[in-house]
Amino acid sequence: MTSKPKLPDYLLMQSSTVKDRFERLKQRPVTLEVNNLVKVFDTPQGDVTALQAINFTVHRREFVCVVGASGCGKSTLVRILAGLETPSAGTIRLNGAAVEGPGPDRGMVFQGYTLFPWLTVKQNVMFGLRCTGHSRYTAEQDALQWIDLVGLNRFADSYPHQLSGGMKQRVAIARALANQPKVLLMDEPFGALDAQTRARMQAYLLEIWQNIDITVVFITHDLDEAVYLADRILVLKANPGEVQEMIEVPVPHPRTPAQFLSAEFLATKRRLEELIHPPVTVTEDADRLNMVRMVAVDDAVGSVF
Amino acid sequence: MAVKKWFAIRKTLQPQARMAVSVTSFLLPLLIWSLVSYVPFLWHPKVEVVTPGDVSYFTEGMLVDRPLFEKEKQTVIEAGGVTPRGVRANPIYLPAPHEVVTAFYTAFTTEPKRRSEKWLHESLWESVQVIFWGFLLSSLIGVPLGILAGTYDFFSRLFEPFIEFFRYLPAPAFGALAVAILGIHHAPKIAIIFIGTFFQQVLVIANTTRQLDPALLEAAQTLGAKNRALLFRVVVPGILPELYRDMRILLGWAWTYLIVAELIGSSSGITWFITQQARYKNFENVFAAIVMIGIIGLATDMIMAWCGRRLFPWQQQAGGAGK
Ligand SMILES: Nc1ncnc2c1ncn2[C@@H]1O[C@H](COP(=O)(O)OP(=O)(O)OP(=O)(O)O)[C@@H](O)[C@H]1O
Ligand SMILES: [Mg+2]
Repeated sequence: MTSKPKLPDYLLMQSSTVKDRFERLKQRPVTLEVNNLVKVFDTPQGDVTALQAINFTVHRREFVCVVGASGCGKSTLVRILAGLETPSAGTIRLNGAAVEGPGPDRGMVFQGYTLFPWLTVKQNVMFGLRCTGHSRYTAEQDALQWIDLVGLNRFADSYPHQLSGGMKQRVAIARALANQPKVLLMDEPFGALDAQTRARMQAYLLEIWQNIDITVVFITHDLDEAVYLADRILVLKANPGEVQEMIEVPVPHPRTPAQFLSAEFLATKRRLEELIHPPVTVTEDADRLNMVRMVAVDDAVGSVF
Repeated sequence: MAVKKWFAIRKTLQPQARMAVSVTSFLLPLLIWSLVSYVPFLWHPKVEVVTPGDVSYFTEGMLVDRPLFEKEKQTVIEAGGVTPRGVRANPIYLPAPHEVVTAFYTAFTTEPKRRSEKWLHESLWESVQVIFWGFLLSSLIGVPLGILAGTYDFFSRLFEPFIEFFRYLPAPAFGALAVAILGIHHAPKIAIIFIGTFFQQVLVIANTTRQLDPALLEAAQTLGAKNRALLFRVVVPGILPELYRDMRILLGWAWTYLIVAELIGSSSGITWFITQQARYKNFENVFAAIVMIGIIGLATDMIMAWCGRRLFPWQQQAGGAGK
């Protein structure tokens, strides 16, 4: 990681309780260990280095958010963690064991829901359990519990197309959690939801995370979301994707929407903004369109002001 | 304004308007047919002799070309004989609608000319059986092969190049071969339907299988699904509605091979009926039989569409996957 000339403000703001918590967090066993991960895509236009020497560790029951400019390789990173892409170099260890290929120990929630349209909500949640060898009966009992947990018992027998976006995503979360994975990988899961639904989903997710043994790696481009949810935030730099910084969020737990305006929250967000959108040096004119007036001078609405 | 309502791009018409246009789609050809049949001066290139007069070779009910009739009439008038009389008529191969409608009933009730010959309903049943077995055998092999080819690149490379080549060979070309191998009964006819359907079927279904949203396969993998489970729990159910739709289209193609298939060996089924009736110049029966094929085909398709809506309840909103 880059050398730090001075301690950034968000670290100065860590209260002693928060500091203590991070000390304890780092004592926990390491769940996910990423070592020198490199991903090069072989495209017709030549090689594209999506990720370059990524290193980080995630501790048990930690909530890590990954942020970065568009195209910096966030999705690629999480897809490699899920086993859906093979890394060009480097290793990933889950509880000390190297992982290869997708498996039920790493659940994934996609932005596009990806529910099976031919299965009902209950059958969707049962899918993973049936694949991992549970009997129909136990799978059904488990599934109903998870559906209850995400508050959808009234919709257990509905098909996905009958649900709203937020409900679909809750089913997707229940489906991933039903397998009791060690890690839950989420790639912009709430990106397609409206602001209100997203806020509700964030609250749900925090509550679920607090109550079950799950380690979360959560990708987002919404900085508020990252600060609100994360223990630590992994900031990626684009071209090639590299770890720019691992931010320890100083906002104390338990989190509430009221904290959005707290000093720690704002400082962390400011820091993220600096990292992701470095101050622009070009003159402001470059940001403006080269427009000429295209409304007739004598038009009834001559000016919008 | 009114025109805009009827011709809005990619907008569904009002239910009554839709129904009306659909009915018109059948009424329009019927109208043209009726006009040509019942309005004498539109076409009617022949004259049906009513009384032969002094033309030696005219007989009552005979159809002659109009210029010829006029010429003979002229000759008789000049010779001072009895003039023939006739009414304008259409050629025998174009019966009027009402004749065909009557034939729909009489074709079923007329006894076959010879003892060994079959009733119309027996002929139809034979045809349906040939289609059924040909299509069933083709599907039993073609559907699994198509799904395999669409799922695994290995099978795609293994089957598709040869099938691509083979599907250009016209199925009827195998008629003689099929008879030599399979005899003259139903077997070679079923074989022709099979050949006509199978190769298209594999390619169409392989393509449909490839359309499955890969995100669903990825989701299944992160849930612990492996090879067989991916194939049978994701690929197969995932493509089922589209597969069903393909089968409906393919069944339609199978019907188009029926006539060729039935001409092979000893002609049989509805084709036998059609050729036989054409030989007796009962063209209203020929038309009735052709329309019957159309009705059976359309009815089967509509029943299948109706079943499809019940079989795949999640298809109510088009394109459920990934959205
Ligand atoms: N299958 C692929 N083949 C070639 N290049 C790829 C492929 N997938 C991703 N890339 C490239 O890798 C880089 C990172 O892509 P990725 O989708 O991981 O970005 P991202 O951070 O998730 O972006 P966004 O925030 O827009 O989702 C991009 O430059 C992209 O063009
Ligand atoms: Mg992405």
